[in-house]
Amino acid sequence: MAQQEIEVILIRQLASYLAMPIVIVNTVGTLLFYNEPAEKLLAMRFEETGELTEDEWVNDLRLTDEHGVPVAPEARPLRIALHEQRPAHTTMWGQGRDGVRRHVEVTAFPLIGQAGRVLGAVGLFWEVKHA
Amino acid sequence: MKVTLWGTRGSLATPGGTTARYGGNTSCVSVHGPDGTVLVLDAGTGIRPLGMTLPRSLRRVDICLTHLHLDHIQGLGFFAPLYNPAVEVHIWGPASTTLSLRDRLMRYLSPPLFPVRLRELPCQLSLHETPCADFTIGEFRIASALICHPGPTVGYRVMTADATLAYVTDHEPALGVPKFPMDGAWTSGYDLAAEADLLIHDAQYSSEEYAQYVGWGHSSLQHAIAFAALARVQQVVLFHHDPGHTDQDIDRLTSEAIAATRPTFAVTPGAEGCVFELGSR
Repeated sequence: MAQQEIEVILIRQLASYLAMPIVIVNTVGTLLFYNEPAEKLLAMRFEETGELTEDEWVNDLRLTDEHGVPVAPEARPLRIALHEQRPAHTTMWGQGRDGVRRHVEVTAFPLIGQAGRVLGAVGLFWEVKHA
Repeated sequence: MKVTLWGTRGSLATPGGTTARYGGNTSCVSVHGPDGTVLVLDAGTGIRPLGMTLPRSLRRVDICLTHLHLDHIQGLGFFAPLYNPAVEVHIWGPASTTLSLRDRLMRYLSPPLFPVRLRELPCQLSLHETPCADFTIGEFRIASALICHPGPTVGYRVMTADATLAYVTDHEPALGVPKFPMDGAWTSGYDLAAEADLLIHDAQYSSEEYAQYVGWGHSSLQHAIAFAALARVQQVVLFHHDPGHTDQDIDRLTSEAIAATRPTFAVTPGAEGCVFELGSR
């Protein structure tokens, strides 16, 4: 397996230290890494799954709006960050492998390295707590 | 290829009796190819004595800079071929996100820091920004990649048909890694160093010192050896010695690091004047 770019390595290291759920995808949407807080949200463990193709990990997530209507792929922040190379933010409901439906805010931004190299995107999740 | 160490010290030139054996000049390594190509890795103060040994008949020299911290460029203005109009000098090195390599070099090679401006150098000067796609200099094929160090910093892999040198100084691959090393795919510099015949690698700190300087962009001796083991190199040269380390300190720290890591390959503390012949030609 080829070595990841240094910017990707460094953002993984940062993500592994942060307490917010963070996922990192490469230019084709492959889930390269998700940190421990994201493991809780996705209801899977990185040590067990390793990298996942976009189909593998997105298919396991049921993303809907507040009315339960599925969020179109092109409206998902990570997709926008990756394909339109701009930051995006939205609120949605996500249901991971454990079947629990969580209200989350999602912010995603493209990962652009030295010399303007597009390396992928980063998604940051924030669970909205309801009283 | 013939690899010669002209400066092995990190951070600051450190002349004096207690550093005479490993040397006080800052980073500079020359690589002579079997067909006469001359490649220089970094332009620390060690580049001045190197320049004095190069023949007047030389018509081209290439300098690959890892980054533009002063200990890696301080000797540049004192490199004799820069003042010879008959010589092509090619300087390869990283731009930043906002400044070109030329703009960055001009910050040093201009008053008040230096009396001669970059544009006033008499040689035939060409600048090339790295990292970039693999490139060729004479008989050398060269790969470059960004590595973990504050600011844009590049490592180089120099290859001939039968030998590979990896030059990965000013490198902290252990930064943020709970248990170093991880697998190669997630380790800075791995592709540059993989299965090299000779790896020249940062080894600035003792393990105790490293704990105080996490994030400064350098490695402990043990990290350097662990990285070399991960990359399955044939030999590692410990490089970029801390200016506070005497010759005796480097001897002791090397022995301790070898005892702690038990490498199955040669570990050599870099000393000025050391020569390594790689490959059959």
